[in-house]
Amino acid sequence: MSLLRKKHWQRRHLMETFMKFIMRVSLFIVAGALGLILWIVIVRGLPSLSWDMVTKIPEGGYYMGKVGGILNAIIGSAYLAGGGTLLAVLFSVPIALYLKTYLGDSKWGQYVRLSLDVLWGIPSIVYGAFGFALMITIGMRASLLAGIIILAFIELPIMTRAMDEVIRRMPVDLEHAALALGSTKFEVALRVVTRQMLPGITTAILLGFGRGIGDAASVLFTAGYTDRIPTSLMRPTASLPLAVFFQLGSPYPEVQQRGYAAALILTIIVLAVSLGSRWLSARLNKYTIK
Amino acid sequence: MDSHIQVKNLNVYYGKQQALKNINIEIPKNQITTIMGPSGCGKTTLLKTFNRFFELTEDTSLTGEVLVDGKNIYDKDVDVTEVRKVVGLLAQRPSPLPMSIYENIAYGMHIHKMKKDRSEYKAAVRHYLEIAGLWDEVQKRLHDPATSLSIGQQQRLCLARGLAVEPEIILGDEPTSALDPISSQNIESRLIELKQQYTTVIVTHTLRQAKRLADYVIYMYLGEVIEAGPAKEVFSNPKHERTRQYLEGQF
Repeated sequence: MSLLRKKHWQRRHLMETFMKFIMRVSLFIVAGALGLILWIVIVRGLPSLSWDMVTKIPEGGYYMGKVGGILNAIIGSAYLAGGGTLLAVLFSVPIALYLKTYLGDSKWGQYVRLSLDVLWGIPSIVYGAFGFALMITIGMRASLLAGIIILAFIELPIMTRAMDEVIRRMPVDLEHAALALGSTKFEVALRVVTRQMLPGITTAILLGFGRGIGDAASVLFTAGYTDRIPTSLMRPTASLPLAVFFQLGSPYPEVQQRGYAAALILTIIVLAVSLGSRWLSARLNKYTIK
Repeated sequence: MDSHIQVKNLNVYYGKQQALKNINIEIPKNQITTIMGPSGCGKTTLLKTFNRFFELTEDTSLTGEVLVDGKNIYDKDVDVTEVRKVVGLLAQRPSPLPMSIYENIAYGMHIHKMKKDRSEYKAAVRHYLEIAGLWDEVQKRLHDPATSLSIGQQQRLCLARGLAVEPEIILGDEPTSALDPISSQNIESRLIELKQQYTTVIVTHTLRQAKRLADYVIYMYLGEVIEAGPAKEVFSNPKHERTRQYLEGQF
């Protein structure tokens, strides 16, 4: 009788238990690593995290100085990543909509996606070197503007491809409903696709922002570093990742500890942005069709 | 017969496969025409040639003419968005736009720039929701998402949305097949009320619905029109053997 095939079901259940064990171990390793990172940053950074850190600029140089704060880097990073993200959004939204609306899965669509994927994979130090070479050619100095432009380059493929993947999941019924009312393809893209995909597009933008604010290598060559708060697009600016990098490289333990504090501030900003984005996309979800 | 749509020598191909074979029919003005036939006979394809929706499927081609008020909608000087404004579509499953109830109705009027100011839009939204018999149910929640409505309400919303762009022809692609009996009945009675002002073409594969709605009937089989004529004649005295078999339920 088939109900009594004990060996058969025993083996299947054993397989399930075993696979479940592997999944749990993987989850534990990843969660543990994340916890360890947070723990180290907090334990080492928290003692140096004072009100001065977030309200003052460095005193005695960013490499040697033991007093003052990193307000220059906080504001610099906000400008760099904010500006880079804004610039990248201006280009990535039209590209993503064009890909969806007019190129689709055609040969050209595939080429564009492939090149975006390649761009996504290029290390940021290469972007930095590219930006530096370009700046020398046109006689531009390290500046906030150059940093913004190069961050936009880095964020663009990430945002566009993330949006593209979201927009491709657009239900075809919805498009047809809008077309049946006599919409042009452009009106469908602008008024229906963006509405439906707003939560996903927001997530894509914040993904780009997260990459931009945390990137050290590209701004090293292009934005430079300074102890002052940036006041002009044409002047160099400090940034948080480089504040971490320089201070950790200092021979003084007190300055190193300030590097961890800077890392903690950067982590908190990224965390706040991603929690904010979760909240925002939950709100934008209201009208989407599931 | 005062015909609104005339189809002349229409052939439609999906790739190399011929889906419609030499169709010649006329669809009467301000009446309900139902297209019947077994699955895969080309009913929906024929319907989709009336609002140029079959073009949305890749690798399709067409020969012949579809005339609306004497003008071929496939002529080079005819814009597809204008065709779809004049020829509205009620789909098989309701598919509200990702907007509020109000915006769903206003959307079409906005893109065609049909009204002057907010108050005109408001009045029009109310008007069409009333026609679709939905106003009383939604007047207090116009800014809720359209998906908060039941499926039956959503289909009436889609009807109102379609009517708001002031079409002359309403196409229905099995518009009640996803609905419960009461909602279906509701949609059917709307369509009957509206037939004074609109030419209506409904694809259906339920014979009873065809009998309830139809003034004029087209029976199709394997991509061809077997029989077309006034509902009374076709139902009581079909000329063609195949039509008779279908009506007697031999399929």
